[in-house]
Amino acid sequence: MMEFFSQGGYAGYVWGAFGMTFGLLLIEVLQLRSSRKTTLTRIGRLLRLRAPRQASTGADPQRGTSGPTS
Amino acid sequence: MTINWFKFASPAAFYPIAGRLIPWFSRVALALVLIGLFWGFFLTADQLGGSNPQKEYYRIIYVHVPAAWMSMWLYLVLAGWSAIGLVFNTRLSFMMAKAVAPTGAIFTFLALWTGALWGRPSWGTYWDWDPRLTSELLLFFLYIGYIALHSAIDDTRRADRAAALLAIVGLVMVPVIFLSINCPDPNQCAALHQRSDPGSIHLSILIPMLTMTLGLWSYSFAAVFARLRTIILTRESDNAWVRDVIAQETTA
Amino acid sequence: MKARQKRLVLVGLALVGVAGATTLALSALQSNISYFFSPSQVMASEHPTDAVFRVGGLVVKDTLARQEDGLTVHFKVTDNAAVVPVSYTGILPDLFSEGQGVVAKGRIGTDGVFYAEEVLAKHDESYMPPEVADTLQTAHVDGIVEQTTGTNTPRSMTQ
Repeated sequence: MMEFFSQGGYAGYVWGAFGMTFGLLLIEVLQLRSSRKTTLTRIGRLLRLRAPRQASTGADPQRGTSGPTS
Repeated sequence: MTINWFKFASPAAFYPIAGRLIPWFSRVALALVLIGLFWGFFLTADQLGGSNPQKEYYRIIYVHVPAAWMSMWLYLVLAGWSAIGLVFNTRLSFMMAKAVAPTGAIFTFLALWTGALWGRPSWGTYWDWDPRLTSELLLFFLYIGYIALHSAIDDTRRADRAAALLAIVGLVMVPVIFLSINCPDPNQCAALHQRSDPGSIHLSILIPMLTMTLGLWSYSFAAVFARLRTIILTRESDNAWVRDVIAQETTA
Repeated sequence: MKARQKRLVLVGLALVGVAGATTLALSALQSNISYFFSPSQVMASEHPTDAVFRVGGLVVKDTLARQEDGLTVHFKVTDNAAVVPVSYTGILPDLFSEGQGVVAKGRIGTDGVFYAEEVLAKHDESYMPPEVADTLQTAHVDGIVEQTTGTNTPRSMTQ
């Protein structure tokens, strides 16, 4: 077992390469998940803010304005 | 036939398709990568022999070559969608291009990183201005430049077009990387990378390497589609179908 | 107007960044290539005398000699046409061996010896497990012998 982990004394190089590869891919997956979640909640909130106005005016809703005048 | 293709080319139509494909690509990626890793670490010789007697560190080939291939392939995809977007002015193509760039940049960085860790024990240096290393570094700059340029321009349509132009101009780097091996006599050049051809790689090493490549290729599909879905939602948030999707997916 | 100016600056910076990085990398590559000399060029005195440059070729068989301090090595590099003696103090890379390709960076002394600061080993692109490589070697033993004698008597070969 130790033999496998030491990789003939080149553990730093071998595991450094494989570790960085799968570490970065894992980070990418986690980042994609969290950005999906934040996007869903952000757009959800945006639509809820917009919904009553859209029903009353029927006009194209303004996009991206964070502070709607009530 | 053509009508079908254009139907898929609309963000609204592609959003659910991508959603259905992601789990499959993820599963295939996981399976292939695990097979490739097991094969590469347990079913191959610990050291190489003959005229290239590398020790255990040669195993970096199982991530280095796939990462380098993916970095070039994804750049072709990025430039391809950019070109299609510029010519046909299709929204989805630009979104596709934008979704590819971060994954491509990651693979380019990984090709450089794993290459450095392989170069140190074998060549004797982490970095050298070898033609292939230099052009791969330039490819990394191009990915970063694409992402930076896109995020620097607030107007989405302008950002798409400007970044697409950069991607297409940078396309010249891909053949440069691919061809930047040695001059005919490898012992009269400074280049450290040598001509590689699958015939000189033993099958026991070639097969896990190709398995890993397919695994990372499948991973790229999953990652790019996942990013694409977020981009589609953000950009199409004015459309009615997004409201239904959001309602469905936040309750589920 | 202000937002647009900011955007323009950002775009400009992004482009300047890419262009600058590209220029730097290309010039480094250029100097890497232009400061590379083959042993024949060194013998013909085409190399710079006051600057660091690189010399590359094959390590001539049976010329590797370790000095008494245990760290300094002497060996000869050939391109099958000329030979340059090299002196290097330091740890040689793993793949360094006689008959294989090397690139050495350093400067040439008045004694005609190339004093290397850095020695890089090249390898060919065959990736074979030892047992397979052995069978291949015995199969091509004639070719190997021919090559060996070729590098031992470099001047006989003009390639």
